[in-house]
Amino acid sequence: MNRVRRTLAPYLLVLPGWLWLLLFFVVPMATMFSLSLQQGDIVNGYRFTGHWQNYLDAVADYRTQLLRSLVYGLVTTVALVVLSFPVAYWIAFYGGRRKPTYLFLILLPFFVSFVLRTISWRQILTDDGMLLHPLKQAGLLPDGFHVLGTSYAVIFGLIYNFLPFMVLPIYVALERIDPRVVEAARDLYATPLTAFRKVVLPLALPGVFAGVLMTFVPASSDYVNSSVLGSASTTMIGQVIQVQALSNSNYPMASALSFTLMAVLLSGVFGYARMLGTQDVMKVAAR
Amino acid sequence: MSPTRRSRPAGERAMFAYTWLVIAWLVTPILLMIVFGFNDPHGRYNQTWQGFTLKWYAKAFEIGDLTSALVLSLTIAVVSALLSGALGTGIGYALGRYRFRGGDTLNLIMFTTISSPELIMGISLLTLFVTMGVGLGPVTITIAHVMFSISFVATVVRARVVTLDRSIEEAAADLGAGPWTTFWRVTFPIILPAVFSGVLLAFALSIDDFIVTNFTAGTAVTFPLWIWGATRVGLPPQVNVMGTLIFTAGVLIAVVANLRSRSRSRRD
Repeated sequence: MNRVRRTLAPYLLVLPGWLWLLLFFVVPMATMFSLSLQQGDIVNGYRFTGHWQNYLDAVADYRTQLLRSLVYGLVTTVALVVLSFPVAYWIAFYGGRRKPTYLFLILLPFFVSFVLRTISWRQILTDDGMLLHPLKQAGLLPDGFHVLGTSYAVIFGLIYNFLPFMVLPIYVALERIDPRVVEAARDLYATPLTAFRKVVLPLALPGVFAGVLMTFVPASSDYVNSSVLGSASTTMIGQVIQVQALSNSNYPMASALSFTLMAVLLSGVFGYARMLGTQDVMKVAAR
Repeated sequence: MSPTRRSRPAGERAMFAYTWLVIAWLVTPILLMIVFGFNDPHGRYNQTWQGFTLKWYAKAFEIGDLTSALVLSLTIAVVSALLSGALGTGIGYALGRYRFRGGDTLNLIMFTTISSPELIMGISLLTLFVTMGVGLGPVTITIAHVMFSISFVATVVRARVVTLDRSIEEAAADLGAGPWTTFWRVTFPIILPAVFSGVLLAFALSIDDFIVTNFTAGTAVTFPLWIWGATRVGLPPQVNVMGTLIFTAGVLIAVVANLRSRSRSRRD
């Protein structure tokens, strides 16, 4: 009796959550995949035709936006690694007793709505806003100078919004490094740079990888930053998908685009995860 | 303190300054949000400083549909935090404690939910609900929020369960406690802080979510959706006031939780 209960226990514990994920994650993905191969419209209904043409059309029509999203995502991610590393490094090695306070400060933006933060940047960066207006008045900027509506503004917004997701995992990796390992390298006459390159950096790489996973996917599929800070020439694929799904109710097209994006992003993610093991990444992700 | 600070190498001082610069950058829009809640704008746009006033705090809840959007957001966040807390704790506990068939698949699904673009989770739920003819609204938003929160809660709880010292449970069993008593009297109190932080995380994920909500809301309006809709016509100062109140409440909860856990660890 007791043994039966013990072997059943994990299944009973897992069942409700597992069903939820099955019904509302796995099934919708399958529905979406099936829709991506259908033809028709919202009024007359959809028929399953095994219509791969949707994918070809999707890629042909929106290649520019798809590529742009990946480029923005990549630029953002690379910039994030460069910008976040020193912050994570300083907190991990010199933060001392104040480490939790610094991490808390890094996380402060999360207490304000993502949409509100992004709109706030629009108000700062707008042509007659508090940043550009005084500079233009002082004659420091040419009249036609804009920030808003450019790809710089969109990438700036992406970097801003995802920075904590890069600092945190790198910090976690650096925090685990025993300072004595670095001291040992120095005792063996490594220069500070060599010690960093040969000891600290390799140990920090899993954190960098985790950070890349946590920022590349949301950054390349984001549509809030490009809608709020960008213009028609900075449209990202997320905006296209959103319009196709919500405004045009063109579900087959939205589904085909979504699957294309998902395939590109997740093949990268799983390639990474294979190299590193998912456990480590999830541990960092859950912090 | 001061002699060591003076003898800090230049590189370290540069990194210290840089870290604070980044923090300043991160909090700039927050400060602006707080400041402009006290602004007295004359036009539709609340983006240049035109004088101090407290009137928006008095009129904070005067925009009816903004207030109801905030109430809806809070309701959904509470319900989905509790639901995903319960479901996620079950999964996290089972994964941390037992090896069982299907565990690896579950891990894979959880990893996929955490790393999937929110946009795509939103669209896929939309296609499901539309195909099934389910009306969109607060219920479908909650379903979606529970879905993406479960894996986060489960991951936090599993991390705690894995590091659990089994000998404490064995001691309880040796003292004659049955498995049920042992779980509720010994194991559960130990993992409770992890469950609590999982639930808080789920609450935070839910209340801030815009992307998935946008696709599963139908005509329902949550706080982020209301802000999104109002951007084209200019945000009223009440949004800044509510944002400031949410921010303050969040920071206070975090600080209190942190102080409590610190005093607890000092007692141990």
